[in-house]
Amino acid sequence: MKKIIKYILIDILKNRIIIAYTALLFIVSLSLFMLEDNPSKAVLGLLNITLIIVPLISIIFCTIYLYNSSEFIELLVAQPIKRTKLLFGIYLGLIGSLLLATTVGLGIPVLLYDPGPTGMTLLMTAGALSIVFASLALLSAVITRDKAKGIGLALLLWFYFSFIYDGLVLLILFQFADYPMETAMIALSALNPIDLGRILLLLQLDISAMMGFTGALFRDFFGSNLGLLFASLVMVVWMVIPSFIAIRKFKNKDL
Amino acid sequence: MIIATNVNKQFGKLRVLNDISVNCNKSQTIALIGPNGSGKTTFIKCLLGMVIPDSGFITVNEKNIARDCQYREHIGYMPQISRFPDNMTIEQVIDMVKDIRGKKSGLDMELVEAFGLPALYKKKMRTLSGGTRQKVSACLAFIFDPAILILDEPTAGLDPISSEVLKEKIMKEKSRGKLTLVTSHVLSDLDDLVTEIIYLQDGSLKLHSSVANLRKDTGEEKLNKVIAKIMREQVK
Repeated sequence: MKKIIKYILIDILKNRIIIAYTALLFIVSLSLFMLEDNPSKAVLGLLNITLIIVPLISIIFCTIYLYNSSEFIELLVAQPIKRTKLLFGIYLGLIGSLLLATTVGLGIPVLLYDPGPTGMTLLMTAGALSIVFASLALLSAVITRDKAKGIGLALLLWFYFSFIYDGLVLLILFQFADYPMETAMIALSALNPIDLGRILLLLQLDISAMMGFTGALFRDFFGSNLGLLFASLVMVVWMVIPSFIAIRKFKNKDL
Repeated sequence: MIIATNVNKQFGKLRVLNDISVNCNKSQTIALIGPNGSGKTTFIKCLLGMVIPDSGFITVNEKNIARDCQYREHIGYMPQISRFPDNMTIEQVIDMVKDIRGKKSGLDMELVEAFGLPALYKKKMRTLSGGTRQKVSACLAFIFDPAILILDEPTAGLDPISSEVLKEKIMKEKSRGKLTLVTSHVLSDLDDLVTEIIYLQDGSLKLHSSVANLRKDTGEEKLNKVIAKIMREQVK
């Protein structure tokens, strides 16, 4: 498996899209930090980039990469190596390169300008979202044979978690406005990794006060160690479950 | 060496393999022929464990291949279409497969030399032509000196000289006692190569017989005439 990871990394790190992605993150975050006097404000700007761009690039890049390597994966499947190991190796290689891109692109500027807990939370969120969306990409590439359908599904997943889900939550909130929804909101936020990342970051930025009573409740829950543990656990579940299903499906897939 | 027993495979409603049973032995060169969509590639993929049969079983060297992957170290496979990661060099691709197979010595570099690949070692896969990629994938099949060779349309996309080089290599391996399975549409390519013919149509095994017998039965010398005659008889 280490061998697979090694060669996948050799391939991806020379990939133009990954290099461009790293450069984009680096330039945007550096310029945001230089424009704002207050690093917290810059982090708030970066938050939006992290929550929109990072998942989008992760899921689209991984899906396209997997489809483009389908013939190569077939060739490797014909070698004496277990399918589960093979796909897991490719997955880890993809994650490794995405994490390297975010560490260089976001990490260096953040460490230079705002190396506090806020900056660290931002980096962790970006890293976690990269892994979660790589995992979702793996799933969509394994369950659909057709490239166009697979990329469509990947885009739809991103769109769902970025926009549609929030709309649904708002709808539920208005429908059940007469009932106490605060605890339910915490549960709902766990169902969307992007929302979870947003909440964690906003709490770090001390602007949760603007979110009213729910914000206070979030502060109470996610601000505590137990809440943080819960949030990280949910993130890990989001990383593990889709990739686990994908690898299990791949085991019996006809190539 | 390869024994397939009652192999069935269905994709949705389409029956791709219908009760296929064949027996392939050492030193044979077997041509898998049949019209497009007759199940040749699916059958090959079954042998390689890439497609899992619905029923029936396949043994390679007397071992059932279901849920096993180690048996594949005895097989060299050259796919119909080969694409490799864009940014890897030829050398890295070969190294990677060497690493996966865990075989670093006793390699058969004859074909690599014959194709003149060492001069291109540092070239990235993205920049290679279809024919050169085909050469790389042929080399990957032969390099580990496997006992069984499975070649899916090996000469498609190769220039006449290279396809001659490849054919000579196949002949040489045959004389060394290897089992070779070849699919090809260009029957004249297979003329002096094959010893057996497996004819598939609509997923069913129509014919499995040695070329010598077929030549005797049909009274034709050229392979494509032999096949044409059989196909005409099938229609009747």
